[in-house]
Parts: sequence; structure tokens; C-alpha cells
Amino acid sequence: MQIKTVGVAGTMESSDIVVRVEPNTEKTGGIVIHLESNVIRQYGNQIRKVINDTLTSLGVDSAVVTAVDKGALDCTVAARTKAAAFRAAECADYEWGGGK
Amino acid sequence: MSFDIDKIPNIQGINAIHGKYDEKKVPKKDTRVMRERQFQHNKIMPSLERAIEYSGLKSGMTISFHHHFRNGDNVVNTVMDTIAKMGIKDLVIAASSLNEVHAPMIQHIKNGVVRRIETSGMRGDLAKAVSHGLMDIPVVFRSHGGRAAAIESGELHIDVAFLGAPSCDPFGNANGYNRESDEGKACGSLGYAKLDALYADTTIIVTDTIVSYPNTPFSIPESHVEYIVQVDSIGDPAGIMSGATRYTKNPKELLIAKAAADVIEHSGYFNDDFSMQMGSGGASLATARYLREKMIQKNYKARFALGGITGQIVEMYEEGLVKKILDVQSFDLIAANSLKNNRFHHQIDASYYASYMNAGAAVNQLDFCILSALEVDTNFNINVMTGSDGVIRGAVGGHPDAAAGASLTIVVTPLLRGRIPCVCDRVNTIVTPGYTIDVVVTDQGIAVNPNRPELREKLLAAKLPVMTIEQLRDKAYAIAGKPEPIKYKDRVVGLLMYRDNSIIDVIREVDD
Repeated sequence: MQIKTVGVAGTMESSDIVVRVEPNTEKTGGIVIHLESNVIRQYGNQIRKVINDTLTSLGVDSAVVTAVDKGALDCTVAARTKAAAFRAAECADYEWGGGK
Repeated sequence: MSFDIDKIPNIQGINAIHGKYDEKKVPKKDTRVMRERQFQHNKIMPSLERAIEYSGLKSGMTISFHHHFRNGDNVVNTVMDTIAKMGIKDLVIAASSLNEVHAPMIQHIKNGVVRRIETSGMRGDLAKAVSHGLMDIPVVFRSHGGRAAAIESGELHIDVAFLGAPSCDPFGNANGYNRESDEGKACGSLGYAKLDALYADTTIIVTDTIVSYPNTPFSIPESHVEYIVQVDSIGDPAGIMSGATRYTKNPKELLIAKAAADVIEHSGYFNDDFSMQMGSGGASLATARYLREKMIQKNYKARFALGGITGQIVEMYEEGLVKKILDVQSFDLIAANSLKNNRFHHQIDASYYASYMNAGAAVNQLDFCILSALEVDTNFNINVMTGSDGVIRGAVGGHPDAAAGASLTIVVTPLLRGRIPCVCDRVNTIVTPGYTIDVVVTDQGIAVNPNRPELREKLLAAKLPVMTIEQLRDKAYAIAGKPEPIKYKDRVVGLLMYRDNSIIDVIREVDD
């Protein structure tokens, strides 16, 4: 999946996360994650891992992710990341309910 | 009959005889009318500075405050600013508790006006600064009962108590409301201030409302008061207390409350003439509502309700469901007005409430109490002091006192707050030891302390969702994942005192 533009998903509500995915214009490339979270001490690494794994599973290898987390569970983090990535890739080719 | 004092047989063996009566030595009678005397000869000082001067306050001494004005308090900041201006330094602050509004204390600590602090709790910027290593000497956190015991034993000696009061007469009878008018500020019970007034070397009442003598029935009697200072405002009424503590509409809290009421019903402690304490948290307040229905069904009355008192308890009293109220701290205006007007809504001091050291404390007569928790661990230890980030943001309060005193101690907590598991392997800070906690009620199950197997049997027989505390923890971790441990530095910034004033845990400086 190719990140072409800016895609955003999520809200600032408690137990949600706002994920913004955009192209990585640096030559070094890769997935760069900027994370803000009220549980960063306990779950910061886990949230980064879920974002990174979700993007990788979609075939994204280069993106800048800015995420503001309000205590979202892993499933929410993955869902918001996925939605933001599809929007950023201008891709509407979802597999509803497929979980992949 | 004339006599010679030296010829009275064995007079050396009689105490409290100060020689022979001498009219020149006794004070002249004051023959003014009482109205005049109130204005001309009273304890009201022209300024706070003068009162502090007369109190003999010197650098190195210990001063005390109460927290009945909660986050609306002006007294602590006003007094501390004045003391700082007067050049007095190196003080010990022995407050019954501190709140967000007391952030200016940070400056007084940095400037050496304050050497160390004792309190029940701390919140806001002051708490954050302490957690980040503001103070050289660790802050001492005592329970309300533990503080009372330390004062009674003389180990916590108060040189000068600065006690805010919503009304006071010219001779020092002080109340947490105004008996002359329903206008003005009110905090209800002055339970934590009463003990300070009794034990402090010098007691200064700080008020904005002087009323006519005698301001009785009083909370603090004139016999315990040396000076009175009238200030523009003791605080912000909106921050002192809200009109009524509202019932929660949060479905999770209602679910917990319903389960807690079911636990009480089937615990063996729900009988006619039972006694109870309800915390002021959403779920514990709502428990009172569910319990009320069960009481009406069975035609049971409560003999007494203890503790921090809310409008909900007053409602039950006025309905005849609660016979007596013992009030150490009123949580809303309904409670404050009830204390003022209801004969059997009785004000008690901190020692009577919870001291382990006196000849009898009311917590020891509790059938059951409902307490909140930030975290519970698999040993049933409770944290109500440090947040999930390890920073101080709470208060010991009467938690360990009520937990130890009550025959049945129920802790109510959601299984998760946001992503943070509230049932965990080890709480950040132990405030109340697990052996005093009998049942933990969450929105997703109930755990009974293994040291109460008979209780577990009863709840199982009633088909309540009883599981082990480890199963509750596993449920929480399965949903949220196991949290990484918080990073602390080595330095100890706070001491958690159990109610017998032994150190049960420490708070360390957080490592950001």
C-alpha cells in the first residue's frame, strides 16, 4: 500500500486514539511514529508496536504517523491505524469483516 | 471564720491550693452589658499579622490547618503568605489535608518558609512538584485516625492552629455554618479542626463572618480559642462544597453499585439496626440508593451512618431509614444544613471518628463500609494515593481506618479505568493493607479475600459472580495488556503511614 496523502481516523474521546498517516518525505524512509498518550509510561511501546505491525501488515513501509492516544485498547489502535492508512492511500478496497 | 493557712492539718497533702484568698490579686469585675463587652473586650485581632505575633509563632515551629474548605480554601494561602512576609521560616505544616488550590506552597518550600509537610493528601501542582523531588524531607501522609493519634500522643505537637470557620462569635465559638442566617458560606462539620483546637498551644480562628455571642451549639468552643481574625473571604463557596452530591449516571458505576448492594444483602451483615459508612465516590454513593430499596423491602433501619456525609445519607435520615448520623466531614450543602438543623445529625472529631489510640472510635462499630480504590492488587492491598503515572494525586483519608474498623469492608472499583487495569499484581503505593479488605466488587466480577472463606460461601450460595482476585486481574490484563512498570528514582519523597503510624509504604521520585 502506497501512502499518497494525509489520512486521519479516530477521535479525542476517552478510550479512543487519533491516528494521522502521511507520506514520509525523508530520504531515509521507513515508518516514523510520533506518539502522545496518557498511558505512555505503561503502554507506549505496545501502542507503537501495534501501529507499526498494522501498517506493515498492509504493506506500508514508509509513512509518518502522528497519534494522540486517550487510552485506546489494541483493537482500537489497530482499527484507527488501518482506517487512516486506507484514507492516506486513497484506497477504498476494504475487506469488510475480513479482519485483515 | 479567721484561719491561719499554716495551721491547717496536713495541707501539704492537698493539691491545687494557691494560698489564701486576696482580693487585690483577683481581676476586677467587668460590669459592662454583654452587648458592649462583645465589641470592646473580645478575642478579635486587628490583623492576621498581629494574631501571629501574639501567638508567639517562631521559626521551626509546627502549624496546622484543616481541609473542610476543600478546593475553595483561602485560609492556608493567606496565612502562609503572611507568615512568609513576617520572615518566619523552617515551619512544619501539619494539615489535615491539602488540595490543588494550595499550589503556592511550592514557593514557600523553595524559599525555606516550609521545612516539611504532614497531610492526608495532596493534589495538583504541589503534588506533582513533590513527586518530582521538591522537598528535602519526605512528606508524611497519615490517615485521619493516624493523625489524630499522633496529635493525642503529643508526637505531633501543634504550636499554632489556623482554623478557618464560616462563623465565629467574638469569643471564639466557631461553626461550619452560620446559625444566624442561611446565607453565606458553609462547610458543615469541622471534625478535623476540633481536635487541632483542643490540642494546639494556640488556636487562631480565621473567619469572614462574626456573629453574636454565643454561637452555640458550637463545633469549636471558645475555651479552645485564643485569637480570632476576620478576613475578607475564607474561600470560594463553590469550591468549598457543591449544592448536592449527584448520583452517578455512569452505567458501569451503577453496575458496580448494584453488585455491592447485593454483596451487603447476602453477607450476613444486613440486619435491622445495622451500621454503615459510604464513601463519596460515584459507585459507593449509588450503593446507598440500591441499599435503600432493600431496606424498605425488608423494613430494616440503619442504627447509624458514619463518616463523610452526603445528601443521600441525609435523605435516608429524614425518611427515617437512618436513625443517627455521625459526621466528621460534610460533603455537600444538604449535609451541612442537616448538621445545622437535625438533632441526631451529630458532629464528631477526627479522634472519635478513627483514632486507634483513644478509648473508643466510631469506625470500630461499623458493620460494613464501602470504599473506593485507584488500584487493588492480588494481595487485596489498596492504593488511593498515586496515579497510574506514579505521581501523587490522592489522599489517605479515613480509608485504612474504616477498612480496619468495619466487620465487612467492601472496595468498589471498575476493572479498568480507560486502559489502566485497576486490579493488578502490585499496587503502586500501599495505603490500606489487604488483610483489612474483605470483598472487591468490580463491574466484571467479585473477589473475596481468602481469609474470609465463610463470606465467599455465602456470596456463592446467593449466586453472585464470585471469582478469585487473580481471575479478575487476568481479565483486566487480557483486555488492556499487562502494563509496563513505572520508572522511579531511588529517592523517597513520601511516607505512607498506616493508622498505627508505622510506615506501610514509600513514594519515590518519578523518573520522566
